[in-house]
Amino acid sequence: MIQFEHVGKRYGTSEVVSDLSLSIKAGEFCVLIGPSGSGKTTTLRMINRLIEHDSGRILFDGAEIRSFAPEALRRRMGYAIQSIGLFPHWTVEENIAAVPKLLGWSKAKIRDRVTELLGLVGLDATTYRGRYPQHLSGGQQQRVGVARALAAEPQVLLMDEPFGALDPVTRDALQAEMLRVHAASGTTIVLVTHDMDEAIRLGSRIVILDQGRIAQAGSPREILTRPASDFVADFIGRDEMGLRLLSIETVGERMRPGEEAAGEPIAASATLRHALSLLVSRAADRLPVTGADGAPAGVIHLADLTVGRP
Amino acid sequence: MSGTMNAGARRGIGLLADPLILSGLVLAGLVFGMPLLKPVFAALFPGLDRPLYEQDSFLNLTIAHVVLVGASSAISLVIGVLAGVFVTRRAGREFRPLVETIVATGQTFPPVAVLAVAVPLLGFGAAPALIALAIYGLLPITEAVVAGIESVPVGVREAARGIGMSARGRLLHVELPLAAPVALAGVRTSVIINIGTAAIASTVGAKTLGLPIIVGLSGFNTAYVLQGALVVGALAVFTDLAFERLGRRLDRWKRDSA
Repeated sequence: MIQFEHVGKRYGTSEVVSDLSLSIKAGEFCVLIGPSGSGKTTTLRMINRLIEHDSGRILFDGAEIRSFAPEALRRRMGYAIQSIGLFPHWTVEENIAAVPKLLGWSKAKIRDRVTELLGLVGLDATTYRGRYPQHLSGGQQQRVGVARALAAEPQVLLMDEPFGALDPVTRDALQAEMLRVHAASGTTIVLVTHDMDEAIRLGSRIVILDQGRIAQAGSPREILTRPASDFVADFIGRDEMGLRLLSIETVGERMRPGEEAAGEPIAASATLRHALSLLVSRAADRLPVTGADGAPAGVIHLADLTVGRP
Repeated sequence: MSGTMNAGARRGIGLLADPLILSGLVLAGLVFGMPLLKPVFAALFPGLDRPLYEQDSFLNLTIAHVVLVGASSAISLVIGVLAGVFVTRRAGREFRPLVETIVATGQTFPPVAVLAVAVPLLGFGAAPALIALAIYGLLPITEAVVAGIESVPVGVREAARGIGMSARGRLLHVELPLAAPVALAGVRTSVIINIGTAAIASTVGAKTLGLPIIVGLSGFNTAYVLQGALVVGALAVFTDLAFERLGRRLDRWKRDSA
């Protein structure tokens, strides 16, 4: 869907992005992560030509992005940012309708789409469509921001630290919404963050950038189990490594089916990290597991968390 | 029956409590009812042969005054908005200090001096007055338009660009509407200043509410001065309140929830 071929960008003498090659496939949830100054935001903003690349080629849907008019290109890509940037003088409905209106959709179609999107991001349409942004909480504003970005059914959704300014509880809820939205829409998403937990939770692929170059790209599991360099290992956080490994696997993958145990059960879809937390807080060495239907499915033992680790 | 009358009366009193309507009534009263006040002025100034300015009706003077202020403010507004928009575009950014200096200089000239310079060039009458007032009103408007456009949050600009709005669309649908409340404050200042300044324009032969004042000053007729000043004052108060009302409509989105 998006292809970087030896892309470079410099400001004066400093090279912000150098010789970057990366292929983002349709339907992928690609997370760009790195320390400040690593070029992750520049990389994202080069995709919709908010920043023009100096060298190399960037392809969108097979064509060099310079072959599109910038506005036309941007209208095919959703865009959500940390500061949200809702238009304060427009209602929630008008904000979400911004791109469909630019594309000349009919009023009825826009109205239906707004209703659908508010539902998708978890806001009650009749309550919120007529409100002005400043009467919404930060989390609600970003939900509207995401809805606006998705409004015209973009082929790609670009997100620049969209949850960075939100409190942990709201951020957690919005991350869950994003996973749901991604699964429901199948949109290709490119998201920039500096939060490793967010990257692991959301990304189907994580691209770690360091000084304008790709330090490592791969699935969360690959990156956690086989960090390519000391930089990557440090960046993931050596102290947190074990907990992060636990967070990419579910209880269902490691439980012992058919066994039974007493106590409050945990869902098979929960992460192993969650299971460890419960085991420690209950001072137990095993937990009963329930399946998606709520029926007992097996038992997870404390020892199961470490079996077969490299 | 008496109940509805009371309700009607109460509504009437409620309307009078609205300062805009009250000041409008005072203004209309002065403009149309000045002749009725002749005995009052006669009593106040017993030494004057003619205690009421009667060379022209106050209605005509007021209309001329409003037309002069309206036309000059419209010129200031068009130039001010164009200049303000231009210096906030990428292409015009370098001209900003220059434009600000020129506009500020325009206001440091006393209006009387501008009138004095304009007369030899344009002759007596409304033309020099119009130009002097337009120049004089430019600074607050340009300044306010620039301040208004700059008050648009960076995130809003970035989002507008990022979702694919054209430069023209961003200006017309995002920047100018968001700048409008701040810009309007500048227009309000400019117009109010010009309502007062326009009175001076009668010194170069423009017909305004300053005429009774000028004639009164040169003929030692304090009653004339007072009559002209009263109407100018009432006009300024009414206009100011009208702008306040307009401003509340422009930033409705800051308060309303639906």
